[in-house]
Amino acid sequence: MSRSSTTAAVAAGGPEPSRDSGPSGRRGPRRPPRRRGRAPGEPHPSAAYLYIAPALIVYALFLLVPIGRSFMLSLYEWDGLTVGTWAGLDNYVEIATDPGLRAAFGHTAVLIVFYALIPVAVGMVLAAIVARARVRGMPFFRTAIFLPQVVALAVVAVTWRDIYASDGPINQVLRFVGLEELARAWLGDFALALPAVGLVGTWVNTGLCFVLFLAGTGKIPGELYQAVRVDGGGPIREFTTVTMPALRNEMVVALTLTVINALRTFDLVYLTTSGGPGNSTTVPAVEVFRQAFERGEVGSAAAVGITLTLIILALNLLISRIGTREAR
Amino acid sequence: MTSQRERALTYTILIAFAVFALYPMFTMLGTALEPGSDAPGGLGNFAVAWEQGRFGSYLRSSLIVSVVTVAIATVLSILSGYAFGTMRFPGSTALFYLILIGIMVPTEAVVVPLYYDFRDLGLTDTYAALILPQLAQSVAFGTFWMRTYFLTSSRGVAEAARIDGTGHWGTLWRVLVPMGRPAIITLVVLTFMWTWNEFMIPLVMVTSESLRTAPLGLAFFDGQYVSATSLLAAGAVIVALPVVVLYLFLQRHFIQGIIEGSTKE
Repeated sequence: MSRSSTTAAVAAGGPEPSRDSGPSGRRGPRRPPRRRGRAPGEPHPSAAYLYIAPALIVYALFLLVPIGRSFMLSLYEWDGLTVGTWAGLDNYVEIATDPGLRAAFGHTAVLIVFYALIPVAVGMVLAAIVARARVRGMPFFRTAIFLPQVVALAVVAVTWRDIYASDGPINQVLRFVGLEELARAWLGDFALALPAVGLVGTWVNTGLCFVLFLAGTGKIPGELYQAVRVDGGGPIREFTTVTMPALRNEMVVALTLTVINALRTFDLVYLTTSGGPGNSTTVPAVEVFRQAFERGEVGSAAAVGITLTLIILALNLLISRIGTREAR
Repeated sequence: MTSQRERALTYTILIAFAVFALYPMFTMLGTALEPGSDAPGGLGNFAVAWEQGRFGSYLRSSLIVSVVTVAIATVLSILSGYAFGTMRFPGSTALFYLILIGIMVPTEAVVVPLYYDFRDLGLTDTYAALILPQLAQSVAFGTFWMRTYFLTSSRGVAEAARIDGTGHWGTLWRVLVPMGRPAIITLVVLTFMWTWNEFMIPLVMVTSESLRTAPLGLAFFDGQYVSATSLLAAGAVIVALPVVVLYLFLQRHFIQGIIEGSTKE
C-alpha cells in the first residue's frame, strides 16, 4: 500500500456515505458551517493562514513545484547534463508510437485485471458468504488476511521470486503431480511473466478488498435480507439485490485504491523482472526510471510521468462517476 | 438461517484465505532458517545477513528518515488540519482543493524533476533528499486526515473551550490533540509504514551506502548474493519485521486508517 494510492482514494472518496448525505447527494468537501460574524473568541482569519503556512510551504516546494517542473521537462529533449532543446509535444507523441512505451501502458490494462478486478470480485463474494455466519476467531483471520498490505513491496518481490523460481514450490508441486512439462521459470517466460507479476498484485490486494467489504456488510440491516427471503429469494438473490448495491461505496473505494496500485506499480516489477524478459512486463513507472536514469531521456521520462498522472486523475473521476450513477 | 454446512463453508473460505495470505510469509521465514553455502542455518542466518548485508546501517537510515518525516509531518498536519477543520477564512476551499489535487499525484511524476533540482542544489545523497519529498506527500495526506478529525468530532468542544476563554492555540494542544489521540496514532502509523516501505525515492536519491534505507539495502543485498537464498530471505525478514510487529500491535489503526481513511468525507 502506498501513500498516493490511499490519498487518491480518499480524494476520489466516491460518493459520501449514505448516512451523511441526503437524497440529493451533496458533492464536494464538507466545510465548517457558514455563520455571520465571528463567534466569541473565534480566531481572526489571519491566524488560520499562520496555521496552514508551514504545511503549505513544504507541500508547495516539494510536491506542487515538482509537478510543474515535470510538465516543463516533458516539453524538452534533455539528457540531464547538457543544454536541453525544445521538443514541444514530441515526448508525448513518442509515448503513442514507441513500442516499449506503448507496451508499458498496455500492460497496465492486464495488471488492472489482476490487481483490481479479481480482488474486488473475489473479495466481495467471499465477504458476502462470510457475513452470513457468525464466526469465531474473526480478529485472527482479519489480521492474517490483511497482512500482505503492510509488508514492504521490496520484501514481497524477493519472496515471490523464490516462489516462482525454477526450483521453487510451484514447480515442485507440478513435478510431484507429474506435470513436469508445465514447470518453468515463470518470471522468465515471455507469455506468463506478466500474469505472474499480476498474481502477486492479486495476493497483495485481495485481503484489502475482503476486509473492506466485510466492514461494509456489517452495516447492512438484517431486515433487507429477511425481505428477500420472505419473497422466496435464495443466497444469490440476496447477493445481487441486497449485498452488491449496499456495498457500492466500498466498491468505489476498493476500485480506486487497487486500480491506482496497478497503474503505479514499480517496486514489484523492478525487483522481480525489471520489465523483462524483453519488454514483456515493463510498466510506466519502470519506464520513468529507465528513461530518466539509465537512458538519459529525461524529457521522455517526465512525459511518461505526466501521462500517468493524467490517467490516474481521469480514472479517479470515472470510477467515482460510476459510483454516483449507480446510486440513482 | 445459518446451517451447519454454511458455517463449515465459511470456515473453509476463511482458512483458505488466511493460508493464501500467510503462505508466502512462512515460506520466506522457512527459507531464512535453512542452512546454505554461507549460511549456518537457524537464527545464525540472521546474524550473518545482518553482518554481511549491513542491515544495521540500513535500519538506522530507515529509522532516521521515518522518525523525522513522521514527527514533522504530524505536527504540520495537526496545525493545518485544525485551520481547515475549524476556522473560516477566505480561500479555504480553494486551498483545500489544491491539496486534494496534489495528493493524487504519484511519486513517479515528481521524482524526476526532484532528482535533477536536488542535484543542482547539492542535496542528492543526503537525508534531506530522502525526507523532504516524503514529507510533502505525508503533509498532504495528514492535512486531509486531521481536517476530517477536527470537522467531525470536535467543533462543539472547540467552541465550548473558546467561550471559556481558552485561546485557539491552547484549545488545540490542551483539549483537541489529547482528545484526538486515536486519529493521530493512526496517522503516525500510516505515515511510518509508507515512509519505511518507500523504495523509489531512496533508489533515485542516494548512492552512498550509509544512506540506503532498508528496502533499498535489501535490493542491493539481492544483487550481491544471488546464490545465498537463505541469507536473502533472512534479510527480507529483517526489513519487513519492524512494520509487521507494529501492525500486530496496532492492527486496528492500520486497517481503519487504510480503509476508513478512504471512506470518510
